[in-house]
Amino acid sequence: MSTEALDYQPKTLRQRLTWVDYVYAIILVAGSIFAFNKYSQNMDIYEQGFLFTFAGVFSYLGWQWRSFAKLVLGVGAVSLFSIYLYQGDQSRATENFFLKFMLSSQTAVMWMNVLFVLGMVAYWLAMWKRSTFVGKVASTLTWSAVLFGVTGLMVRWYETYLIAPDVGHIPISNLYEVFILFCLITALLYLHYEQSYKTKQLGGFVLIVINAAVGFILWYTFQRDAAEIQPLVPALQSYWMKIHVPANFIGYGAFSLAAMVAAAYLLAKNGILATRLPALEVLDDLMYKSIAVGFAFFTIATILGAMWAAEAWGGYWSWDPKETWALIFWLNYAAWLHLRMVKGLRGPVLAWWSLIGLLVTTFAFLGVNMFLSGLHSYGEL
Amino acid sequence: MRFAVSLLTVLGIASIIGTVLVQNQPYNNYIIKFGQFWFDFFEMLGLYDVYHSSWFLIILVFLVLSTSLCVFRNGPRMVSEWKAYKEQATEKSLKMFSHKELYQPSGSADETKTKLLKYLDVKGFKYKLKTQADGSELIAAKAGTHQRLGYIFTHSAIVVICLGGLLDGNLPFKVQELLGLKQIEVRDIPESEVPEISRLGTGNPSFRGNMTLPEGNSSNVVFVRMKDGYLVQELPFHVGLNAFNIEHYATGQPKKFESEIVINDADLKEPLVAKVSVNHPFIYKGIAIYQSDFQDGGSKLNFKVWNLLSTDKEVHPVKGEVFLQNTIGEGDAQLTVEYNEFRKFNIINLNPDGKGKPKNVGPNTTYKIRNSQGQAKEYVTYMQPLKVDGLDYFVTGMRESVQDEFKYLRIPVDEDFAIDGFMNFRTILMNKANHEIIAKRLAAYALESKDEEARTSFINSVKKLLDTFVAGGYDKVGIAIEKSVPEEQRQVAAKAYIKMLGMAGFEAYNMALEKNGQDKLEPNQENETRIIDSLSAFSDMFYFGTPYFFQLDDYKHRQASGLQLTKSPGQFWVYLGSCLLVLGIFSMMYIRERRIWLLIKPESNEVRFGMSSNRKNLDFDQEFDLYKEQIKALIV
Ligand code: HEM
Repeated sequence: MSTEALDYQPKTLRQRLTWVDYVYAIILVAGSIFAFNKYSQNMDIYEQGFLFTFAGVFSYLGWQWRSFAKLVLGVGAVSLFSIYLYQGDQSRATENFFLKFMLSSQTAVMWMNVLFVLGMVAYWLAMWKRSTFVGKVASTLTWSAVLFGVTGLMVRWYETYLIAPDVGHIPISNLYEVFILFCLITALLYLHYEQSYKTKQLGGFVLIVINAAVGFILWYTFQRDAAEIQPLVPALQSYWMKIHVPANFIGYGAFSLAAMVAAAYLLAKNGILATRLPALEVLDDLMYKSIAVGFAFFTIATILGAMWAAEAWGGYWSWDPKETWALIFWLNYAAWLHLRMVKGLRGPVLAWWSLIGLLVTTFAFLGVNMFLSGLHSYGEL
Repeated sequence: MRFAVSLLTVLGIASIIGTVLVQNQPYNNYIIKFGQFWFDFFEMLGLYDVYHSSWFLIILVFLVLSTSLCVFRNGPRMVSEWKAYKEQATEKSLKMFSHKELYQPSGSADETKTKLLKYLDVKGFKYKLKTQADGSELIAAKAGTHQRLGYIFTHSAIVVICLGGLLDGNLPFKVQELLGLKQIEVRDIPESEVPEISRLGTGNPSFRGNMTLPEGNSSNVVFVRMKDGYLVQELPFHVGLNAFNIEHYATGQPKKFESEIVINDADLKEPLVAKVSVNHPFIYKGIAIYQSDFQDGGSKLNFKVWNLLSTDKEVHPVKGEVFLQNTIGEGDAQLTVEYNEFRKFNIINLNPDGKGKPKNVGPNTTYKIRNSQGQAKEYVTYMQPLKVDGLDYFVTGMRESVQDEFKYLRIPVDEDFAIDGFMNFRTILMNKANHEIIAKRLAAYALESKDEEARTSFINSVKKLLDTFVAGGYDKVGIAIEKSVPEEQRQVAAKAYIKMLGMAGFEAYNMALEKNGQDKLEPNQENETRIIDSLSAFSDMFYFGTPYFFQLDDYKHRQASGLQLTKSPGQFWVYLGSCLLVLGIFSMMYIRERRIWLLIKPESNEVRFGMSSNRKNLDFDQEFDLYKEQIKALIV
C-alpha cells in the first residue's frame, strides 16, 4: 500500500490535534478540577456534571474552531483578573479603577455595546471601500465585543454571589441578561460562518440585528435600570433553566442571522450591492444552514422547556402564550424547511419568508412578554 | 405535502387566538368584556379554552393523520433508499448525471478497481459490485443514507408526541359529557355535596387538578377546572399538610415555597412524609404533587375594638378567624364582620416618590363590615404603625366597593408608640363638657385684653367651634363658615378657625395627658404636627363608615398551601417522541446522503464516475470537485 495513496484520506481528529490543542484542553480540565475542589460542596450533582461537561464540550469546540479556543482562554483570563480585583468586595466595583471603567460586569457590557456599534460601522465601511484591512479591523472589533460581553456575564455571575450567597445564580434569568446572551450567540454564529465561508461582507447586515438588541439593552438599562441584579423567584430556580435558555438563544440567534442573510440575498437579487456581496447560492446555502441550526436547537430548547414546565407548573404543556408562540414559531420554520426540502423551493420566496420570520422571532421573544399575560415569570417589561 | 403545510398554518393561526384572548377566565369577565351576544357566540366557538375545544382537537387529529399517512407513504421509499445501493444504474443513466467525469486509467482494470475500492473505504462509503453484460464492472457506493431514517424518526415522532398529548387531554371526559354521563358542576357547594355525575373516579387515566389544604388538614379529592365550573377528581390516597413555609431573601422577595405533606394510604405501613416545593414535585402512585400557590388557612385574629364615637374610652376584645364571621353591636344596629384575609408579610414601598427599596411593614388583615341591609364596607388594617414621610401612624383603609381605592385613616402614635394617646384625646374632645374648660384655658393665655365681654365671646366662639368640629369634623366647620361668614372673608375666617382648633387641640391633648398623670406636651414643631394629625384623624373618623375601629392586637398565623396534582400517562410518550424528534432532525440535517457510481470498462479502458445526493447544495458540489481530482490523481 503506497503512502501517497493516503493523502486523500481525511485526517482523523487525533491526527489533527497539535500540542497547542492539548495544552488548551488541559487548561480547561485543570480549571474545572480546581473549581470542583474549591466549590463542589455548594454544587449539586447537576452542576458538578455541567462543570466537567463544559470542559469536554469546550475543548472539542476549541479544537474544531481555533478562534473559539482563543476566546475561551481570553474570557477566562480577563474574568479571573476582574474577580481578583474584586477581592470579594462588591463596593470595589465603583472604587477600583479597572473595575469602574472596564471590568465590572456593567461596564464590560457597555464596552460590548460600544464595540458592536463600531464593529458594524467598520463592516459597512469595509464593504463600501472593498477594503480587506478594514474588514479585519471589523472582525477584531466584533471579537473583542464578544470577549467583553462574555466577560461581563461571567463577572455578573460572580457579582450575584457577592450580593449574598443565596442570591447567586447564572445570569441568564431576566431579559437584560438574555439580551446580552442573544448578542453574543448571534455574533459567534456569524463569526463562525465568516471564517468557514471566508466572507466578511455579511457582517454589516448581521450586526444590524445585534445592534438593535444593543439599543434595547441600553434603553432597558437606563430607563428601567434593568442591570440591577435581582434574586431568583422560586420558579426560576431550576437546572433546566440553565440549558433551556441558552438552547433557545442559539435558536433565536441562528434565525436572526438567517433573516439578515436573507435580506442580503434579496438586495443582491435585485442588483443592489450585488458586486459586493457573496454569490447568491452562497447566501442561499448560508441561509439554509443557519435555519437548520436554529431549527435543531429551537426544537431541543422547546423540549427542554416542556420538561422544565413539567416540573415547575405541573404539566409539560400548558398552552401558556410563550409556549404557544414557540410552537407557532417552530411550525413556521418546519414549513420553511419543507418547502425547501420537499418542494426543492429556492430563492426570494424563502428569503422573504425567513426575513419575516425575524418579526415572528422578535414577537415570540419580546412581544409575548409585553402584550400577553402568562406563566413565564421573567421578562416582564 | 401541500396539505401538511396548510395544516401547520391552520394550527398556527388557531393557536394564536388562544394567546391573544386570555384563556379560562371566570365567564363573567368575558360577559363584561364582550356583552351577552358575543359572549354566547364565542362560547359556541369554544374560544375561552381554545386548546381543548373540539375543533382544535380535530385539527390536531388531522395533523396526526396526515403525518402518519405521510410516513406511511414515504416511509417505505425512505427505507428502500436507505438500504439500496442502486447498482442497477446503467452507463446511459450515468451519462445523464450533472456531477460526472470520464477517466483514462493508467493501470490495469484490476489495479484501478482495487485502488478505487480502497479509496471508497477510506472515504467511508459502502459499496456493491455488479458486472455488466459487456464485461465492464460497476461499483455502486453510498454514504450517509441514515439520513433517510431521519425522515421516519422526525415524522413518527410528531405522531407519537401528538398521541401522547391526546392521552393527557380531556378527550375521555368530552366523550362522557357528550353521552350525558358526566356534567360540569357550576354551583359553589361543599365538595361532599357534589353529585356523582360531576365526580371522576380514581380510574380516570389522566387529570390535572388543584387542592387547597390548610395546615393540619387533609383531603383525597382535587378540583379540576372546566369551562365555567369544575369537576371533583377522587384520589386513591389522602394528602395532608403538616406545614407550609415561605423563605425570603434579605431583600424581602420570596425565595422558597415549601409544603411538608403527609400521604395516608391503606397500602402504606405508616404515613409517608414528603416535602414539595416549586420545581421539586413529589410523585406517588403515578400522581405528581406540585407546589402551585398558597393562601390563608384560617388564621386566628385578636382585635382591640374601639368605639370611636363613644364619649368614654370604650374598648373591648374581639376574636376573629379568617374566612369566618361574627357580629358586633346590638339590635338593628348589629353589624356582621367578615374576616377575609391575613397577610403576615407586606413588602411595600411607603416612600411617596416610589423611590428606594420596598420593605416589609408587617402583618395586615382585611375584613368587611356588613350592615343589616347587607351593604358592606371593606377595611384593611396594619398591625404595626407605618412610617409615612418620617412619622408613624396606625393605618386603616376603608372602601365602599372593590373598584374603589382604599381611603386611609391615619392615627398618629403617641409618645410610647401606642394608639392610646389619640384615643384619650378623642374622648376628651367627645365630651362636650370639656369644650368650655378648653375654651377657658385658651382664653387664659391666648387673650391679652382683660375685657370681660371679649373674653366671654371668645370662649363662646371656641366652644361653638369645638361643638361643631366634634359634630362632624372640618367639613361641619366649613359648612358653618359658609352659613355665617360672607364669601370674601371666608378664607381669613377658615385660617383663623383652623389656628384656633390647633390651639384647642393642644389643650385637649394636654388635658388627656394630665388625666392620666402624664406630663404635658412642649409646644414645639413635632408636637404641633402630632396635634394637627390627631385633629385630622378625628375629623376623618366621621368618614370611616363605622364607629368600630379594629386594632389588630395579636394573631395566630395559619396558612393553606395550594397544591396541583396531575396524572399524565402521556408524558412518557411525549418525551419518547421528543427524543425521536431530536434524533430525526439532526440526522436529517447533518447526515448527508451521497452516492457514487464508478463504471470500469476494461475494453475501452475507461472509468466513468458519477455522483449524486438528495440534497443539492454547495457542500456537495465542493465534495464532488474534490473527489473528481483525487480519483484522477489516483488512477490516471
Ligand atoms: C408538524 C409536522 C411536521 C414537522 C414538524 C415536520 C418536520 C420536518 C423536518 C424538520 C424535516 C427535515 C427538513 C430538513 O431535512 O432540513 C422534514 C422533512 C420532510 N417532511 Fe416533514 N414534518 C411535518 C409534517 C410532514 C408531513 C405531514 C409530511 C407529508 C406530506 C411531511 C413530509 C416531509 C418530507 C417528504 C420531508 C423531506 C424528507 C427528505 O427529503 O429527507 N412532513 N419534515
